[in-house]
Amino acid sequence: MAVFDYQLVEDVAKALYIRALCDLPPDVRRALKAAAKRETNPTAQEVFKAIFKTIEIADTHKTLICQDTGLPIYMLKIGSAFPWNGSEIKKRLKIGAERATREFPFRGSSTHPLTRMNPQTSVGEGLPVLYCDFVEDSSRLDILMVPKGSGSENMSRMRMFYPADGVAALKKFVIDTVFETGANPCPPGIIGVGLGGTADLVMKLAKEAIVRPVGQRHPDPEIARMETELEDAINSMGRGPMGLGGDVTTLAVHIETAYTHITQNPVAINTQCWPARRARAKISPDGKVEYGY
Amino acid sequence: MTTHHLHTPFSDDMIRRLHAGDIVYFDGTLFGIRDLTQIYMFDQRHEPPVSLQGMPCIHTAPSLRRVGDRWEKICVGTTTSTRMDRFTPDLIARYGVKAIIGKGGLYEKSLEAMREHAAVYLAIVGGSAALETQQIEAVEAVYWEHLHPEALYQFRVKNFGPLTVAMDSHGRHLYREVKSATERRLPEIYRSLGITGGS
Repeated sequence: MAVFDYQLVEDVAKALYIRALCDLPPDVRRALKAAAKRETNPTAQEVFKAIFKTIEIADTHKTLICQDTGLPIYMLKIGSAFPWNGSEIKKRLKIGAERATREFPFRGSSTHPLTRMNPQTSVGEGLPVLYCDFVEDSSRLDILMVPKGSGSENMSRMRMFYPADGVAALKKFVIDTVFETGANPCPPGIIGVGLGGTADLVMKLAKEAIVRPVGQRHPDPEIARMETELEDAINSMGRGPMGLGGDVTTLAVHIETAYTHITQNPVAINTQCWPARRARAKISPDGKVEYGY
Repeated sequence: MTTHHLHTPFSDDMIRRLHAGDIVYFDGTLFGIRDLTQIYMFDQRHEPPVSLQGMPCIHTAPSLRRVGDRWEKICVGTTTSTRMDRFTPDLIARYGVKAIIGKGGLYEKSLEAMREHAAVYLAIVGGSAALETQQIEAVEAVYWEHLHPEALYQFRVKNFGPLTVAMDSHGRHLYREVKSATERRLPEIYRSLGITGGS
């Protein structure tokens, strides 16, 4: 077998960032279409018209949907038979994200947390955000790229509830967060909820929840039922697209879970805006790349 | 809900005809401002080098490209307005700005200035930068270039919109009305989800 060329990872990392920013996933498009169909508020219908025009312009001109190109997140699933060198992949992802920023070019948003210096690269210490998971019976490297804008990310929440607060704590936390954040996360988007784990894991679960395709339910029927229950409740709030009033306040609520400690009941919320951007590539050891969402 | 097609500069009469929930499109001049632009203007006391009288201002930090002595657009989108609330009454009262364009809305003192001086807040659809960028015909001038991407930008726009009148000059505040209506529904929503005590 030929030696795997890591230049490919860099090229794919760059391509994925740009694809994610310009080409909205089909499940998100379908969900927006369905939402517009059931919307009865005339102001909200104008918002939907603007949303569809935006998507069309981005498709036609291969241009950015939103000016906030966000912070880059790469979520990796590494096949058990993929001949990988982790540190090399990490390096190439960073270079790829920087090249996307400089070569497209678009505004870089990464900033030093104290000096606020912006290198105009979208990366820096600790960036891009990198998550790795490992899957059996696969020889491929699966890369999911998520550019996360600040309008929605700034509306993230995390609470360590008591076990006695039960599942009602999660429900109230979700409803109150949607109520408080109003127009800021650019609704109607995806509300990602993490339940369980540790303080850090629960936030990661919430992040995984926002990248699940709209229309897919959690495999556990009880969790799935809670997702639809919360969706219906949120869509009865009347906040509407961009918080200007209407029937559709969210496209979906996704909940991801993990076991937690006997004394803990952690809940995290990560909101995603209507341009719920993501792009995926699956790389085979022979260098074949399959793009998707 | 009425749809208005306007042209800059905006007169007091034009602004008074706009009501919360109406839709606005306009042609003409649009100024781009952001946090730093207004810190420079108000906190550091620099007079704007161009008149803003009768003009709309959008909350933006645009991606532009410099070509010779001209600026070209790459991507122009809108940011959350609430951070810039404290500058808005002065922008309206001292400089005669007639419309603030952004997302998320502003607070009470801005609403009061709008009522007193005939101005409005126009909500744009957040995330729709591709559409906004297309509706910008030209970057006519960039003032205070050293502040880029938070300088003072003068754009020429065509059929810019749709914009929703979210705060009008008659004291109506659409975001607040929508929020109050939701607040009244909350107890019923809690009940339907089996939420009893507070947490």
